[in-house]
Amino acid sequence: MLHHVLFIIFGMICVAGAINLVAQRHPINSALSLVVVMGSLAMIYLLLGAEFLAAIQVIVYAGAIMVLFVFVIMLLNAGEEERTQGNHFALWLGAPAVATLAGMLMWIVFRNDPHKTVALGNMLGSPDNTHGLANLLFTKYLLPFEITSVLILIAIMGAVVLSKKEG
Amino acid sequence: MNNTTIFIIVAVVKIALVAFILLTGVAYMTWLERKVVGHIQNRWGPTRVGPFGLLQPLADGVKFILKEDLVPDRVHKGLYILAPGLALTMSLVAIAVIPFGNAVHGIPGEGAAGSALQITGMVQDGSIGDINIGLLIILGATSIGVYGVALAGWSSNSKYALLGSLRASAQMISYELALGLSLVGVLILSGTLSLRGIVDGQISGHPWLGFLPHWYIFPQLIAFFIYLMSAYAETNRIPFDLPEAETELVAGYHTEYSAMKFAMFFMAEYINMITVGCIATLLFFGGWHGPALPFLPPLLQSLLPIFWFSVKIFVFMFVYIWIRGTLPRFRYDQLMAFGWKFLLPLAIANIIITGLIVALRG
Repeated sequence: MLHHVLFIIFGMICVAGAINLVAQRHPINSALSLVVVMGSLAMIYLLLGAEFLAAIQVIVYAGAIMVLFVFVIMLLNAGEEERTQGNHFALWLGAPAVATLAGMLMWIVFRNDPHKTVALGNMLGSPDNTHGLANLLFTKYLLPFEITSVLILIAIMGAVVLSKKEG
Repeated sequence: MNNTTIFIIVAVVKIALVAFILLTGVAYMTWLERKVVGHIQNRWGPTRVGPFGLLQPLADGVKFILKEDLVPDRVHKGLYILAPGLALTMSLVAIAVIPFGNAVHGIPGEGAAGSALQITGMVQDGSIGDINIGLLIILGATSIGVYGVALAGWSSNSKYALLGSLRASAQMISYELALGLSLVGVLILSGTLSLRGIVDGQISGHPWLGFLPHWYIFPQLIAFFIYLMSAYAETNRIPFDLPEAETELVAGYHTEYSAMKFAMFFMAEYINMITVGCIATLLFFGGWHGPALPFLPPLLQSLLPIFWFSVKIFVFMFVYIWIRGTLPRFRYDQLMAFGWKFLLPLAIANIIITGLIVALRG
């Protein structure tokens, strides 16, 4: 019961934040709306029993990546966006695309048994999220994990090369 | 009363108690700081209000509340008001997961045994459980706290405040890495992210070399110093207080704030300092573990864990003040170079060596 109430509350905050993100004209308001979305997503992860994922979501996305967004907006001192008349192409293609995507998601959700519940935390096969996740990452998914780290390393090198160019 | 009602009452009492003690602690830390720094500089510090100036924090508090709350023209009003609240809230959230001791017995708490000395801790079936990612929650709360500083400077519409907050956010992001990595060594040794679990591991472990307590400070001495230095940078304290370097930036990100809004930043900074002391105590110094004093009466015996915990935190607070009275400020490029080129590689090396030793020992 409490789970459902909390899920609906945070789900609504999440959707409201996402809509606000698009509707706001000032970049910093949009960035902060995205922080709200990240935060409420973390709460939904928590409700699903994935507390480690929730904490990492807050630390990495809300706490690090979005701070950089805000930092860049502050540094560039970006002003309010001009509102244009809107792109007809985006409107005619975007609206049906959103409707299709929403329909597909609904179909997938309702096709399954509504009484069947999925707890993210239980899928790890360990009562302690952190241990379960670590075990999976370093045994079954070791190769993808390592390849991702190489990808991140390349991104870091790219950043260093780009920043070296100027000076 | 059913269990839920009791649970809620106990939780509210705990929150009120912790908040009261914490804010009193913050008030008297400002007194202590002014006294100690005064004596370091051959002055007296506050002496006028009450004996030894002990009522000075009270007078300051009244002053903050009664002062006119100026909102400068052309600020981004919503964010300007949100920023100090965010900073203070996030510093308080971090305190919520910190365990101060085992449990108080005889209070009708969550379980039959009593109530855990922790806001988010619960007694179940005689054993105390807490959030098993307590440390991550503290790191998360501090990383959200950066927004308070960043938004304060940006929304003030002032060049000093903006420069201060740019410095602050860059510094806090940079040192967060070294801070997080310095704690990994302890986590490898303890094998848990639960703060209570980390302390239990230190209390129940065998003494190092036969006589030293099983505190993680001894194998993780380097990590401790990395943690301490990055934590000083995270809390914007001397020698890393570039964000509010008064010779360059007036007062940094809170230049345009007055009265209670300024006081909220001030309180957030001091609560963060206390949190830093708490984490250092819990992770490196055995938490509430301390020498048993068998000659004390039973009532005082039961308060002993809290006493040791407070003593350790007091020492950390004193070191904070001591360093403030002793060290000059870094230059900004020195600060960045120190964080990225010295602390970060050292922290990574510490993780690798700790991991190797733990792996080799099986």
